[in-house]
Amino acid sequence: MTRRVRLGLFLVAGAGLAVVLLLGFGGLPSFGHAHELDGAVVNLDEPTLRHATDVVTALNFDLRAFDTLGEEFILFASVTGVALLLRTLRQEEEEDQEITPGIEDHRFAGASDGVKLTSLLLIPLLIAFGAYLVFHGQLTPGGGFQGGVVLAAGPIAVLLAGRYLSMKRIAPKRLLEVSDALGAAAYGLIGLGGLIFTGVYLEDPLPLGVSGQLLSAGMMPLNSIAVGLEVTGAFLLTWTQFFDQTLVGPPSGS
Amino acid sequence: MGFLPFAVAVWLFVIGLWGVVSSRNLVRTVLCLTVVQSSTYLVLLGVGYRTGAMAPIVADIPSTSKLVDPIVQVLVLTDVVIEATITALLLALVVQAHKRFGSIDPEDLRPLRD
Amino acid sequence: MSHLSALPVLVPFLAGPLLVAVGFFAPRWFDDSLATLAALAVTTLCVLLAVHAAPHPYAYWMGGWRPQHGVAIGISLSIDVTGAGLAAFAGVLVTAALVYSLRYFDAIEGLFHGLMLLFMAGMVGFALTGDLFNLVVFFEVMSAAAFALTAYRIEERAPIQGALNFAITNSIAGYAMFIAVGLLYARTGALNMAQIGAALSSHHADPLVIVAMTLLFLGFLTKAAAVPLHFWLADAHAVAPVPVCVLFSGVMVELGVYAVARLYWVVFAGPLAPHAAAVRAIFVGLGVVTALLGAAMCFLQRHIKRLLAFSTISHVGMLLCGVALLSGQGLSGVAVYVVGHGLTKAALFMCAGVLLHRFATIDEYELHGRGREVPVVGGLMAVGALLLAGIPPFTTFMGKSLLEAASSALPGYGWLIAVYIVVSAMTGGAVLRVAGRVFLGWGPAEGPHPEQARAAQERVDEERGPRGHTPVLMVLVPALLLVGVLVLGLIPGAVPGTERYVHQFVAHGNYPAWVLHGARVALPHVAPSHISAEDYAYGAISAVGAVLAAGLGLFGRPLRESLPARLRRSGQNAVGVVRGLHNGHIGDYIAWWSAGVSLIGGICLIALH
Repeated sequence: MTRRVRLGLFLVAGAGLAVVLLLGFGGLPSFGHAHELDGAVVNLDEPTLRHATDVVTALNFDLRAFDTLGEEFILFASVTGVALLLRTLRQEEEEDQEITPGIEDHRFAGASDGVKLTSLLLIPLLIAFGAYLVFHGQLTPGGGFQGGVVLAAGPIAVLLAGRYLSMKRIAPKRLLEVSDALGAAAYGLIGLGGLIFTGVYLEDPLPLGVSGQLLSAGMMPLNSIAVGLEVTGAFLLTWTQFFDQTLVGPPSGS
Repeated sequence: MGFLPFAVAVWLFVIGLWGVVSSRNLVRTVLCLTVVQSSTYLVLLGVGYRTGAMAPIVADIPSTSKLVDPIVQVLVLTDVVIEATITALLLALVVQAHKRFGSIDPEDLRPLRD
Repeated sequence: MSHLSALPVLVPFLAGPLLVAVGFFAPRWFDDSLATLAALAVTTLCVLLAVHAAPHPYAYWMGGWRPQHGVAIGISLSIDVTGAGLAAFAGVLVTAALVYSLRYFDAIEGLFHGLMLLFMAGMVGFALTGDLFNLVVFFEVMSAAAFALTAYRIEERAPIQGALNFAITNSIAGYAMFIAVGLLYARTGALNMAQIGAALSSHHADPLVIVAMTLLFLGFLTKAAAVPLHFWLADAHAVAPVPVCVLFSGVMVELGVYAVARLYWVVFAGPLAPHAAAVRAIFVGLGVVTALLGAAMCFLQRHIKRLLAFSTISHVGMLLCGVALLSGQGLSGVAVYVVGHGLTKAALFMCAGVLLHRFATIDEYELHGRGREVPVVGGLMAVGALLLAGIPPFTTFMGKSLLEAASSALPGYGWLIAVYIVVSAMTGGAVLRVAGRVFLGWGPAEGPHPEQARAAQERVDEERGPRGHTPVLMVLVPALLLVGVLVLGLIPGAVPGTERYVHQFVAHGNYPAWVLHGARVALPHVAPSHISAEDYAYGAISAVGAVLAAGLGLFGRPLRESLPARLRRSGQNAVGVVRGLHNGHIGDYIAWWSAGVSLIGGICLIALH
């Protein structure tokens, strides 16, 4: 199809799609007036919360923990896929050998002292905040996923400070791969604890503790740490794979 | 007003697809996909919202408070993770496309075939 | 026994990360044996679950969140023989693909094995889950692993382009499903399929329900590659590594059809009961178009993997017709056919893999006569072709006969038999033609569009070109799969047994009873369908038709040239137009996707309201 025909087809198709969707959405309750339905309401009774104060985390790690298991493995499969897709081919490896000496001159190397200083100051703050988010998953908004992303930003600050190779030394690829894999597997294994001690997969065998305390809500803190481990590894691994494409090796497209 | 968020969701879905269809640059295609996906956030969060309700964090609020539906928020969390990861995967493919084809215009990505 | 219900998903979820984590120092034999063992374990577990669910299907509630007063808030694995059987079938094919790849190529640091296991976990979870959102999550697990596996050979162009088209199209399908989940949740407050079905069954279908149904069905049919949502499939299946193609064509595509069937009978059969005839007409129409277009495109290919990919589209069309008949008998035919077709197609892809491994090309004309070096593979391919054509009395024939019986049992649908025969003859004939040209050197050595020969060159490894030998294992695995097709349908009680379990599957009222209330639902008594003389006649016609079609493809050039020039030219023009649509441009594909969804959505809104 020529570009004109394609766009013409979509103008008709897109308009039709919009009409279909609008008609379907017409059956929704008015915004702000969600029905008081069984499924929505029963979630809020006391046992459902498992002594967690962040209801979203409580549902994420308990009631819908099996979704979260799938979600962790979507993440894991994608990161493994990125590693597979951005691997260095043997022929490229030889080319890399010749280019790599120039690596210290990458784009961020010439950052001003102000940027470098700010980046270095950010590192402890990012790590502290990330760890806080991971450990308080069941108490306050946040949790393993959000905390993991913040934690992964810590080493990125080293890059912004102009030291890409130092960043790769702090977080070598193998370590990240292991952290990513270990976190993913750990989430599956924590559920296995339920199978072993209560006879049901993903059921929580631990005492629920006192609501609002750091160690409460059964296994949720453990889940949160497993997810945090995986996400930190996964995001850093993905980022370094992409950085390697532009900061190391020959310019792409050659 | 009660329908506005859902109308916006329809707009995002269709305009995102328009972006994918009309794109001459695969990075733009991938970004347009995230626009399509944004419409799913709007639908899911929209159907769980209740006027005047609190966020579902039950510390420091009266136990009788009305809360917005937390289930849809959990679904959106999963949705967000899917977006982030699939986007990374797609961008990795775009990087490779650039290496192999020397172009990221879909017009140029045609290995010989019927 | 039911305690083990979660393990078929968990085992690959644990083995996959292990393979990736230790991949960089573990030797190849470790990757191979761990992955194969895990696949075998999953297969065994799924078989055990199917056996356990045989007397009474049951729901396994994750985290112990059982329904209270018939209201489900947790996620269940809702395990019946159909779902567990399909999961076991996926396990068999993954095992076969892993064993085949032992000698096929150099796998990279455990990444290939890890992704294969994650892909399997996705398929198994997809087949077992009872929760709508969880179904979409496992759809995405499958997708994420499949996208990466498609582009495994990053040193070449076609896999990158195929994977991009696959990923973009299927991601959009996923978004459509998220919206549908939101719509149904807003209406029912439930995510469990049984719960949604129960909540909807008392009401008449309104536009919200119809649009949700359209988005879900067409989302899953994007994975199943129904026309016009199918464009990505040939691009992806033609370029993925052979062990991955085996899974794509053998079971992943069929899982899309399975999801449509599951959702129809559990969720939508209630509200749409007054409109069953219209639903039938719409989706049979979609199936017929898919079947015929796929068969025509299949016959036109010279790239053998692409030919097999279009044959898959064509057979999906047949399966969709079978589901859309909305009868237990039709779905029984689908179930039997899925097994027969999946094993046959897997074996055929493996035969194509032998050619790639040995000659580094997959072009029918380039390979003219060169297959004489490996006559056994030629024999396997010919047998596979005849099985694809539904030659009596083997498994594919049994499935096709059930589909035919179900079609003629419905007034006004008897003509579908002709469609099945045409599809079987053309796809079987195309494969038979390839076997004749490659392994016997029949027909001309030069074909149309010679420029396409280059696109069919494919090296198994980054560094090694063609090889002078073929490992025995690479012939043994497809041979065993074909023996499976020959034998399975003939096992006494296999087909009637399938019919009974499928009738249980289609009993709309039963599902909420056993999922939500833990009722012990007994297996219905169904009179087994008899295979009549007519069915044998149809089977013979398909097989003879396949031989004739192959002959026409090999020796038909004088015949074609004797046609009047005008007729020939208009024929060529039509072929050119249809081929031109499959041009690999993602913008075109998404424009067609949108057109398909809006058209079918519009028709559903008008016809079902």
